[in-house]
Amino acid sequence: MRPARPASVVIAAAAALAAVTGCTEKSDAKDGDHVINVTATDDKCQVSKKEFPAGHIELAVENKGSKVTEVYVLFPDDRVVTERENIGPGTKQRVTAEVKAGDYQIACKPGMKGDGIRQAVKATGGKAVQRDPRLDKAVAAYRAYAQAQADETLPKAEAFAEAVKDGDLEAAKKAYAPSRIGWERTEPVAESFGDIDPKVDVREDGLEDGQDPATDWTGWHRLEKALWQDKKIGDREKDLADLLIKDLKDWQNRVGKAEITPTSMANGAKELLDEVATGKVTGEEERYSHTDLVDFKANVEGARKSYDLLKPVAKENDAALVTELDEQFAALDKLLDQYRPNPTSYDFTSYDKVGKADRKELSDAVNALAEPLSKLAAAVVK
Amino acid sequence: MTDTNSPSPSRRSLLGWGGAGLALGAAAAGGAVAMARTEDDTEPAGSAIAFHGPHQAGIATPVQDRLHFAAFDVTTDDREAFVQLLKDWTAAARRMTAGHAVGEGAFGGLAEAPPDDTGEALGLKPSRLTLTIGFGPSLFEKFDLADRRPEALVDLPKFAGDNLDKNRSGGDLCIQACADDPQVAVHAVRNLARIGFGKVVIKWSQLGFGKTSSTTPEAQTPRNLMGFKDGTRNIAGTETDRLKKFVWVDEKDEPAWMAGGSYLVARRIRMHIETWDRTSLQEQEDIFGRDKGEGAPVGKAKERDEPFLKAMKPDAHVRLAHPDTNHGATILRRGYSFTDGTDGLGRLDAGLFFLAYQRDVRKGFIPIQRSLATDALNEYIQHVGSALFAVPPGVRDKDDWWGRTLFSKEA
Repeated sequence: MRPARPASVVIAAAAALAAVTGCTEKSDAKDGDHVINVTATDDKCQVSKKEFPAGHIELAVENKGSKVTEVYVLFPDDRVVTERENIGPGTKQRVTAEVKAGDYQIACKPGMKGDGIRQAVKATGGKAVQRDPRLDKAVAAYRAYAQAQADETLPKAEAFAEAVKDGDLEAAKKAYAPSRIGWERTEPVAESFGDIDPKVDVREDGLEDGQDPATDWTGWHRLEKALWQDKKIGDREKDLADLLIKDLKDWQNRVGKAEITPTSMANGAKELLDEVATGKVTGEEERYSHTDLVDFKANVEGARKSYDLLKPVAKENDAALVTELDEQFAALDKLLDQYRPNPTSYDFTSYDKVGKADRKELSDAVNALAEPLSKLAAAVVK
Repeated sequence: MTDTNSPSPSRRSLLGWGGAGLALGAAAAGGAVAMARTEDDTEPAGSAIAFHGPHQAGIATPVQDRLHFAAFDVTTDDREAFVQLLKDWTAAARRMTAGHAVGEGAFGGLAEAPPDDTGEALGLKPSRLTLTIGFGPSLFEKFDLADRRPEALVDLPKFAGDNLDKNRSGGDLCIQACADDPQVAVHAVRNLARIGFGKVVIKWSQLGFGKTSSTTPEAQTPRNLMGFKDGTRNIAGTETDRLKKFVWVDEKDEPAWMAGGSYLVARRIRMHIETWDRTSLQEQEDIFGRDKGEGAPVGKAKERDEPFLKAMKPDAHVRLAHPDTNHGATILRRGYSFTDGTDGLGRLDAGLFFLAYQRDVRKGFIPIQRSLATDALNEYIQHVGSALFAVPPGVRDKDDWWGRTLFSKEA
């Protein structure tokens, strides 16, 4: 969990994972086939065509209503392909996306609330994206990985929750870090469901304006604070342990349905390193338990998984990048191993015992890996 | 990629006709030095200083207003990878100093991938950006370079009053980025650091503003944070003879790979601003040996009047630093003021980031700094960071690269 991320950013992250490719408005081409005019009013959402060729589409949105609106392109199960918020009355916006052949819905949400006014649309034949079957295989394997991580996490999280509910401070402390490993390995996928992450992995400083830590702060880090800082378990903590399990089960049920693409896998790997660079290397993530290196390792493992699955294709397109990534992954792993006496265990040095110079060394190694990793997506789609 | 047929967005193309007037300005400000540098196809229409030439730009070329200086440590032990980095850096520096974006540019590429260039200098003028590389003594312990280390690249001795922070000192190599626009200088270092991830890491860096010495004496002499004119007698970029004698490593000097290069001393000098400001004008002027308003030496009327050193107090700064006191020792200064916020005690963390170029530090900075052991100014300053670099000769043309003479078998 990054610090203090506004909800809109979470939604944007979800959209990025969902779309076939990113949707920057880089093209000024006005190929009529691909432009769908959307006229939004306070009670209507009119679209100029309900069938269009698959591939790049561009929504030309005009808000003729009196309320600020937002427009979504949705998969049949409501996952977001792309969206644009804050379209003021009397203004026009363009939203682009790349869609595969299939059924979609376009939704306008006057007042930016509710399910919106829906229009069913269809992307047909045409330029359906031809994908390398090896990449489809990689996506399928990564999806299975994400599901397995959730499945394996649940029993560990339940053990943690049980210890909390038993009021067993020491057992709960011991079970805390292991209960997070599966989540940390697949964090970008978990975050793509924008509503789960703020419930289970938010830090106190990540609460939104107007949220009260006493009532609105839930999840692992709230319990972390109780165990390590307050050093006591009360009724509230026991309730929160139950809630954590409930929310993680939600994750477990949904993780298999996440929209995953080769580029979202590649960028997800980079995002895991970003998580390390912004939260773990600084010691902010686990500020009470100082178990940052466990998360750190899990993030790197998750990134590695994604990379390994994409590697055969990346190697064809950019062999030098693959060589560099292999080297930097190995270097970071080696460095991390210095902080655990047993290379098969997740008992890492407490991060408050890691000095400033050593933290810089870790940070340097993360940068050395993350920079080339940011080029993986390009190597995959070349 | 060559610069002429590059598809990347360039700051040059964004300049349009506005650039033409700037070119005239650059030529005037640049004087003979800029004009004498090798022309090549990266020569922009805007205010840019040529990257190619027998000497690196950023030494004798006109001093710009802003600085971003970064010292790096090398983390790779792969010589080939490091040489490739130097080549990649050269290519990026060639583009940036000409006002172009790095690589494929800052936009228009794959939507899924981060752009090659970070983009914050788009639309800004070349701003006379110069990028200058230097190699520190510690670099020569790597890549089997020990026998190529110049004798002049000594380990600096400890000087009286030094209070050096190792986290602000040394470095395997450095990049000096100077520009008239701070964003252009910061952009350059940021992009080079990014290209360097995995091979080098930034050890320390320093932002500077308000040049404190000028290499263009026709311009007004700048002032340091103590309010005094600094660099009245600095070596001008047009003084070919003095540059040859005191700044450029000669072909007859050893080692051969340094011919056309220079040696750079970088010192972070903290000023005790608050106590200085409470010092009487008379004492301030006595300490420097010049008056505050005009900059005239003691007993003289004009800034450029020849100083009569014996009229100054024995511990006056100018007297002790003057070549006549130091057997002719002369350096080219290129320092900047810095202010890095406050120090936690409510005092400005400010001072002078001293940069001096010379042909041999043993005949330049070291004797001068030793002479300054009794400087009255020492009560108000403290040297807190220090580094020394061998600055290789210039990049000759588009096929040449930073450090080639050091890393290639020939030369």
